[in-house]
Amino acid sequence: MVNIMTSLSVTEKEQSVWNILESVADPEIPVLSIVDLGIAREVNFARNGDLEVVISPTYSGCPAMDMISDEVKGALHKNGYQSASVKLSLSPAWTTDWMSEEGKNKLASYGIAPPEKITSNKRVLFGGQKQVSCPRCGSENSEQISEFGSTPCKALYRCKDCLEPFDYFKCI
Amino acid sequence: MSSMTQKEALTAYATQIADSSLFMGHRMSEWVFKAPTLETEIALMNCALDLIGQSRSFYTYAGEAEGKGRSEDDIAYLRGQTEYRNPLISELPRGDWGYTIVKSYYYSVFAKLFFKALTLSSDKQLAAIAERSLKEVTYHVRYTGEWLLRLGDGTQESKKRTQKSVDELWDYVGEMFIMSEAETQLLQDNISTDIAALRGAWDQEVEALLQQATLDVPTGTWTHEGGKTGKMHTEHFEYILAEHQYLQNRYSGCEW
Repeated sequence: MVNIMTSLSVTEKEQSVWNILESVADPEIPVLSIVDLGIAREVNFARNGDLEVVISPTYSGCPAMDMISDEVKGALHKNGYQSASVKLSLSPAWTTDWMSEEGKNKLASYGIAPPEKITSNKRVLFGGQKQVSCPRCGSENSEQISEFGSTPCKALYRCKDCLEPFDYFKCI
Repeated sequence: MSSMTQKEALTAYATQIADSSLFMGHRMSEWVFKAPTLETEIALMNCALDLIGQSRSFYTYAGEAEGKGRSEDDIAYLRGQTEYRNPLISELPRGDWGYTIVKSYYYSVFAKLFFKALTLSSDKQLAAIAERSLKEVTYHVRYTGEWLLRLGDGTQESKKRTQKSVDELWDYVGEMFIMSEAETQLLQDNISTDIAALRGAWDQEVEALLQQATLDVPTGTWTHEGGKTGKMHTEHFEYILAEHQYLQNRYSGCEW
């Protein structure tokens, strides 16, 4: 990698872009940044200094994607990257494994049960249900109400101890 | 033998995949405000969103492959009836709840096998969209499969109606596995996949679930066809197309 124009090294510049991306919230789960969610994938500087940010959609039809793309451009623009471009990447496909630990903690305190750690665990096809802890009282005594919730990335659960319904960020 | 250039074949191929997802998604979205429970409605809308999202990716790519500057919307909205190349099963009306579940299950099992194979395509963008879509349709198979179990092994009424849908829709299954002209042409370069070869795996998976749901497995091998060639869509197609194209017909060029 080469140094370009400014006194900052490329890694420092990249880090500053990551910091900007940290400020872009997911429109549907505003406590999470797109970095927490693992939606922001890459920060690339071309030789001529042009910046490209690569983002990965959670679901094909996720209606938030266009908005996220606009907000990334807006945030970069405000911070001096007028010509930054945003690229959509489909492969490798987004997985909940890319969500940061900090992101999972934020989700839980927001009232949404975070995805379980190991994706290979998802094959609970017609058999027993996966144990999901209630984000309010912590009980594991919960049941699934529906495979799908308020957004494509969530499922609906209910806690059988505190009786509160809650969203579970499903594991894919 | 073929009159298509490679570019035309790729455009046609991406478009036909998009057409299938689009009308499956459109039919599902018709359940909004009409599903049996709030949760089932939300679930179907989620699936519909996935399907329409998939079609957007494939239409966009079709436009890029063609290189004439057509956008996803241009291809999705501005074509005549015979230019749509979805298999007939995807345009059939939503019917009752059992009919929708069986239709979506048949299609989703096909889509799962198809996208899995397409992830190995030599065309990187097709493989990437397939990888994204595969995760989604795998979920759809699970959701509709669970409902099929409940309906088949449910009440007398649910079993009767579901069996009727299982039998009726069986006659639309074969067309999903018929190779289109573009599909056949692109097979040489490993861009498309041999869908005819997926039928065995489909039969195995679907038969196992139907048996578990205590439903009779149909044995017919005849199939309706005409959607994938565009030559003979069903009588339902013009209606869905009229609704689909209404805004563009009424307010030409309007954007969201």
